[in-house]
Amino acid sequence: MLQLIPVLAGVSFVVFLTMHLTPGDPVEHMLGQAGRVTQEQIAELRAHYGLDQPLIVQYGVFLEHAARGDFGPSYSHLGRPVREVVAERLPATFELALFAFVLALALALPMGIIASLRPQGAFDRTATVGALLGISMPGFWLGIVLMIIFGLRLHWLPISGRIDLGLAPPPSTGLNTLDALLAANGPALWSALKHLILPGAAMAAPMAAMVMRMMRSSMIGVLGQDYIQFARAKGLPERTVVGKHALRNALIPTVNIVALQTGLLLSGNMIIETVFQYPGIGKLAVDAIAAADYPLVQAVVLIYALSYVMLNLAADILHAALDPRIRSPRSAG
Amino acid sequence: MAQPLIEEQAPETVAATTPGMLRLLLSNRVAVVAGAVVVGFAAVALLAPALAPHDPTDQHPEAIRAAPFWHAAADGRFLLGTDHLGRDLLSRIIYGARVSILLGVVVVLLTLVMGTGLGMLAGYFRGWPDAVLSRIADTLLAFPFLIFALAIMAATGPNLVALVAALAFKGWVDFFRVARGDVLAAREADYVTAARGLGASTPHIIFREILPNIVPPLIVLSTLRMATIIIAEASLSFLGIGVPPSIPAWGTMVADGRGDIAGAWWIATLPGLAILALVLAVNLFGEGLRDALDPHMRN
Amino acid sequence: MAQPLLEVRELHTYFSTYRGPLRAVDGVSFAVARGETVALVGESGCGKSVTALSIMRLVRRPGRIARGEVLFDGEDLLRKPEADMRRLRGGRMAMVFQDPLSTLNPTFQVGSQIAESLRVHGVAAGARAWQLSAELLEAMGIPAARQRLRNYPHELSGGMRQRVMMAIAVSCEPELLIADEPTTALDVTLQAQIMDQLARIKEQRRLAVLLITHDLGLVSEFAQRAVVMYAGQVVEQARCGDLLAGPLHPYTQGLLRCVPRLDRPGVEIAPIEGMVPDLVALPTGCRFAPRCRQVMDRCRVEMPASRPGGDGRMVRCHLYDGDADTIGGAS
Repeated sequence: MLQLIPVLAGVSFVVFLTMHLTPGDPVEHMLGQAGRVTQEQIAELRAHYGLDQPLIVQYGVFLEHAARGDFGPSYSHLGRPVREVVAERLPATFELALFAFVLALALALPMGIIASLRPQGAFDRTATVGALLGISMPGFWLGIVLMIIFGLRLHWLPISGRIDLGLAPPPSTGLNTLDALLAANGPALWSALKHLILPGAAMAAPMAAMVMRMMRSSMIGVLGQDYIQFARAKGLPERTVVGKHALRNALIPTVNIVALQTGLLLSGNMIIETVFQYPGIGKLAVDAIAAADYPLVQAVVLIYALSYVMLNLAADILHAALDPRIRSPRSAG
Repeated sequence: MAQPLIEEQAPETVAATTPGMLRLLLSNRVAVVAGAVVVGFAAVALLAPALAPHDPTDQHPEAIRAAPFWHAAADGRFLLGTDHLGRDLLSRIIYGARVSILLGVVVVLLTLVMGTGLGMLAGYFRGWPDAVLSRIADTLLAFPFLIFALAIMAATGPNLVALVAALAFKGWVDFFRVARGDVLAAREADYVTAARGLGASTPHIIFREILPNIVPPLIVLSTLRMATIIIAEASLSFLGIGVPPSIPAWGTMVADGRGDIAGAWWIATLPGLAILALVLAVNLFGEGLRDALDPHMRN
Repeated sequence: MAQPLLEVRELHTYFSTYRGPLRAVDGVSFAVARGETVALVGESGCGKSVTALSIMRLVRRPGRIARGEVLFDGEDLLRKPEADMRRLRGGRMAMVFQDPLSTLNPTFQVGSQIAESLRVHGVAAGARAWQLSAELLEAMGIPAARQRLRNYPHELSGGMRQRVMMAIAVSCEPELLIADEPTTALDVTLQAQIMDQLARIKEQRRLAVLLITHDLGLVSEFAQRAVVMYAGQVVEQARCGDLLAGPLHPYTQGLLRCVPRLDRPGVEIAPIEGMVPDLVALPTGCRFAPRCRQVMDRCRVEMPASRPGGDGRMVRCHLYDGDADTIGGAS
C-alpha cells in the first residue's frame, strides 16, 4: 500500500523521460500555426517554459509542481493550465469507466455463478464460448462493429459524444447521468445513458469475460469443498448454500482479478474514447501524445496510474474484509 | 465423502511425460482444430506472395470500395472487395497475417527469454536483485501499456524496432513472475537439494534441474501472451502508431475503414474478423495446451 | 420388538463414470434402533461414507440412489419431497464429518454457523440463538464459550472445531446422529476426548448413533452392534461382543488379525493380501474371493447370499451356507 509513492514516482519519471527524449519539439508544435517565427522567438518561448534547463532540473520542477496539483500549461491547448484541461474531461471518463465497470460486473458475476452450478451444461458452454470471444476481440473492432450494428443499421443508439445537444443537465457533479437524476430530468438521463451504452459495452467486454471465467472456476472449486456439503447436511436450502456460503468464499480470488482487470479497462479506455470520439481524458491523451504535449500526457498518465493503485488498495481491503484468515493468522493449533 | 471414493477408482493417471501429454492434447478436438487454424494462418503468412490474388499495395482507381462477393454488385476480381484506395482487401488481409504473426512470435520470444531469465535470477538468488526487479515489475504493472507504447511510438515515429520494444516492455513481467515463483518453490525442492548434495554447480542446477520443470507453464503462458500481443499490435496500428502505414496490417486496415462504416462497412470489419479468428484460435490452443500440460490447472 | 429408528433396505447407490456405473453401495441392509450405537466398519472405499450420504440423501451427480428403501421412523426417505428432507437434515437427523477444518466455512464466525442451524430449524433466532449457541458450546466442554462464538474456524484448535461441529449437529435435538470418521483427523488424546463427549451427548439425549469408522478399537469401545462392509456390500453383522470374540466372515477375521493386541504379545499382525476390487469392473462371485484365505471354488462363481442367524447376526459367506446353527448364537 505504501508502494503507492515509489510506483507513482517511477511511472511519472519514465513517462517524463520518454517524452523528453523524443525528437518532437513542443514549442515548434505550438508555433506551428503561427507562420514564420524567428529563432529568437523560439528560444524565448523555450526559456519561458523552462525547456532549456537540464532534464533533471525540469523533472525536479515538475515533481514540485505536481505535488501541488500544478502541471503547468498545456502546449496543445494554447497554454491553458493542464489542470483545467484535464479537469474538464475527467468526469466524462470517470462516468464512462464507472458505467463499464458496473456493466462488466453485473454481467460477469451472475453468469459465472450460474455457469458454475452445472459445469459443462448448456449455459456453461455458451458462457465459456462468449468469454473466449470477449478476450479474443480487439476492443477497437468491437467498438466499430457495435457502432455499425446498433448505430448505423438499427439506429437505436448514438455513436459519438456524451449527450444530445441541448439536453445537458445543469452540471453539479459533472456526471451527466447523476446530474440528470438530481435535476429529475428524464430525457437528459436517457440521452446520457444512450451515449454510454456502446462505448461502455466495448470497454466492458474483455473485463467481463475474464471476471466471468474467474468467478465460474472459483465457484466450482468452492462448491466441491466439504463445508458446502456440511451446509447441506444442516438442512439449509440450496439457494442459501450457494448464495451465502459458497459465494463468500468464491468472491475472494475474484476480487483480485477484478482489480487487475480494471487496470486493463483503463488501458482500453484510451482506444474506445478515440473510436467513439468520446470527450474524455483518454482521447485527450492520444491527441496530446501526437502533439508532444508533455505536461498533459504526464498528468493523464499519473491519473491512470493513481487510479490503478487505488483500485488495488480497495481490492486489498475488500479481500481482507471477505477472508478472515488474512486478518488473523491462526492462533491455535 | 463421495469424492475420495471416485478418485480411488479412477483410471491410471496420465503420465507426466511428453508422449502422455501429447496424447491428452490430441484428444482435445477443439484444441486440435484451433492449432490447425493457427498453423493455417502461419502458412498463409508464409505463402502470401503465392496466395494473394493481387499486390496488396496496388491501387485500382476504377474499383474503389468494391463490395465483397456476396453482394449483387460485386466485382469478381476482388473476392472481399476493395478499400477506399481500390486496394484488394483479400490480398491485404493475407499479407496482414505476416505482420501479426511475425511480430507476435518475435515479441513473445523476446519477452519469454527476458522474463524467464530475470525471473530465474530473482527467484534463485533473491536478495537485492530480487527486490529491485520485483519492484520494477510491480511498477510496470501499474502502467496502462498503451500509454508507454504510445509515448515510444510517438517519439520514434513508425519504426518496427521501436514497435517491438513498445510491445515487449511490459510483456516480460508475466514471464518474470511465473518463472520467479516457480524457481522460488523449486529451489527448496528435494531434487535440488539432492543435486547440490552431489556437488552440482549453480548454473547447472538452474539450467539443468530447475528449468525443465518450469517449462510447461511457460509454454502455456507464451501462447496466451501471443494472443495479447497480436491484439496490442493491432491496437497500436489502429491508432496509427504501430506498423508503418506502407506495410499492410490488420489494425491499420480497420482504421482506414473507419470513415466508410456507413457505406462500405466491410473495409473496417473484415480485417478485424481476421484478428478475431487468429486470436481466438491461439487462445483455444493455449487453453488446450494448459489442460494437457497440467490437468491440475484445469477448471 | 419396537420399530427401529432407521432401517436401510437393499440400498443401491451408483456413480456414473465414463467406464461404466460404479457400484459404490450394492445391496446394503441394516437397522439402527432408538438409542443404539451401530458401527459401520470397513476400509476406505468400501462404501460406508456413501451409505451415510445416501441415508441423508446428500448424494449428488454423478452419483444417484438407484434402488432401495431408507426408513426413518417408518417413512421412506427416498420417496420424500426435498423440502421435507431439508427439514429432517440437521433437525431429526444430523451428520458430523471427518475433518472439522474443511467442514466449517472459513469465512464465518463459528457462532453464526451454530446459530444458523437454530434459525433454519425454527428453534431460535437473533440474540436468543446466540445465547443458545454459547450454551451448546459449554455443554461440549468448551470454556469461555461466549468468546469462542466470535472466533473463526482457523483460530480454533482441531479438538475445538470438532466440538463446534458436534454442537451444530445436536443443536436441534436430533434423534439420529451419523458420525463419519469423527476422530480420524485428530490425534490420539483428542480422539479419546471427542469420543467421551460423544458418549455423553448420546447418554443425555438418548441419541441413536451410526458411527462410521475403520478403527476397530473405537468400535469395541462405543458401539453395541457392528456392520462390516466390503466392496459396497455388508458381509457381516453382529453385536460387537460377538463379532470381536468370534468373527465369522474371513474378511472380519482378517481385519481383526491386523490389529495389534497388547494382551497377546507374540501374535503376528497379518495384513490381508491383495487389493479391493474395482467397483466398476466387479468380479463374478464373492467380492472377497481373490483375497480370502478360506476360498472355495464355489466362491469365485456364485455370490453368497446374506444369511441371518440368531441374535441379530448375519453373514454373507459360502462357508455358512446350509447350517443356520453355525451362525451366531453359541460362541
